[in-house]
Amino acid sequence: MKTLLNTEQLNKAIRKIVEQIKSDIPSNTDIAVIGIRSRGEILAQRLKNALGSHFSGRLLSGTLDITLYRDDLNEPKETQPTVRSTEIDFDITDKLILLVDDVLHTGRSVRAAMDALTDFGRPRLMRLAVLVDRGCHEYPICADYVGMKTEVDRSQSVFVHFAETDTEDGVTIE
Amino acid sequence: MRKNRKFQWSRKHLIGLSDLSRKEIEFILDTAQGFEKFSRRSIKKAPTLRGKVVVNMFFEDSTRTRNSFTLAASRLSADVIEFSKKASAVSKGETLIDTARNLEAMGVDIVVIRHGAGGAPKLLSRSINACVVNAGDGFHEHPTQALLDVYTIRRQRGSLDGLKIGIVGDIAHSRVARSDIYAMTKLGAKVTLIGPPTLLPGGVENLPVRVSYNLDEVIEDLDVINMLRIQFERMGGNPFPSVREYSHYFGLTADRMKRAKPDITVMHPGPINRGLEIESEVADGPNSVILKQVANGLAVRMAVLFLVNQAATQQGKDK
Repeated sequence: MKTLLNTEQLNKAIRKIVEQIKSDIPSNTDIAVIGIRSRGEILAQRLKNALGSHFSGRLLSGTLDITLYRDDLNEPKETQPTVRSTEIDFDITDKLILLVDDVLHTGRSVRAAMDALTDFGRPRLMRLAVLVDRGCHEYPICADYVGMKTEVDRSQSVFVHFAETDTEDGVTIE
Repeated sequence: MRKNRKFQWSRKHLIGLSDLSRKEIEFILDTAQGFEKFSRRSIKKAPTLRGKVVVNMFFEDSTRTRNSFTLAASRLSADVIEFSKKASAVSKGETLIDTARNLEAMGVDIVVIRHGAGGAPKLLSRSINACVVNAGDGFHEHPTQALLDVYTIRRQRGSLDGLKIGIVGDIAHSRVARSDIYAMTKLGAKVTLIGPPTLLPGGVENLPVRVSYNLDEVIEDLDVINMLRIQFERMGGNPFPSVREYSHYFGLTADRMKRAKPDITVMHPGPINRGLEIESEVADGPNSVILKQVANGLAVRMAVLFLVNQAATQQGKDK
């Protein structure tokens, strides 16, 4: 196990994402921050808290479970996918959706998330924020706002830990 | 390392609840929760079972259960074949297993079956490779109804642990009651069966329940009351002198409700005989969750279809 980001570096990476968003998205935008379960949900909540003062209107947030949209449901796998609820209690149509995930890897989760979201309505714009872009993309998907970009070997996994559900903030490679 | 030892669902058939563990029942309910808000979305469809074929084999009449399974399968993008006894070769003498094998040869992945004979789904599950989901067999079990019942109670009450639940009426002819007893007691509730002796099943002393012949004696203790329909179509003789007498002693009337706890949850698996086992005022009243049961049934059936298909996918690996 190797530490990629310690607590301080992780929070710096989040601040970096916040600054990118602030300089890119006008403050009068109708925006909703939607995190992909489960670590994306926590990152989304932290981004929402940090962005509250920037956006003049109401800053909405939600959580997306992408299990039903995964492209590997018909393949046997080590860990069975678990369905959890999607919490989007507003109409996403015509809003700017800031989609949030912890790690961008193959791009398949983001593909699933985009399909899932379009079943909820038709957003005006969709943007992607990730804490770590670790490379090895398999689909043509890039993030708009990135906390840290690095190349991690295909054989290794990147784990994001948040104090809310894990012991402390940090990113590790195993 | 992150803990990845999550519960794994491993059953490709859902035949009954008698051999399911508490953990398994809770896992189905948790999965159903993920589907509950589905009906409020803009597009009520997900691609989860795309390319899969579900056949609804109903050898007995049903509106609620059948439509609920059809809708659940459609919302997961499966193709659904509706099979009914009257319009099939069964009326030409084909056996259940031959019918199912023929359907399977067309590439059916999940068979949802309702049959008048208890044990028919079990028999089918041994004879074909497709997943089998029991939608009610004889007087045996009706697992998805019981699952939606306990799901509804859990949503209303948070948990079933320690709850006092009364099941009233025609228990002898009720597969719902049997599945309910397994599900409710496994989740920690205390179940009392209430009805005239003629409508209580033989062997009731072997079930983990209390029995009462007098609704008025027990109603004030109950947190939940589940009113069953009198299944005249399954009866030979007359189990009670008259419908009015039954209604007088065992019907849930507005008057009787006054003696119940103010927050008692009133349930009914449908179809309702208004004025017989339940008065309209109660069925449509503030304590009634009858329509919530129907709505939750959809979420529970989506969860069951999803899970059996996942188990089949997992097991495909071992072949």
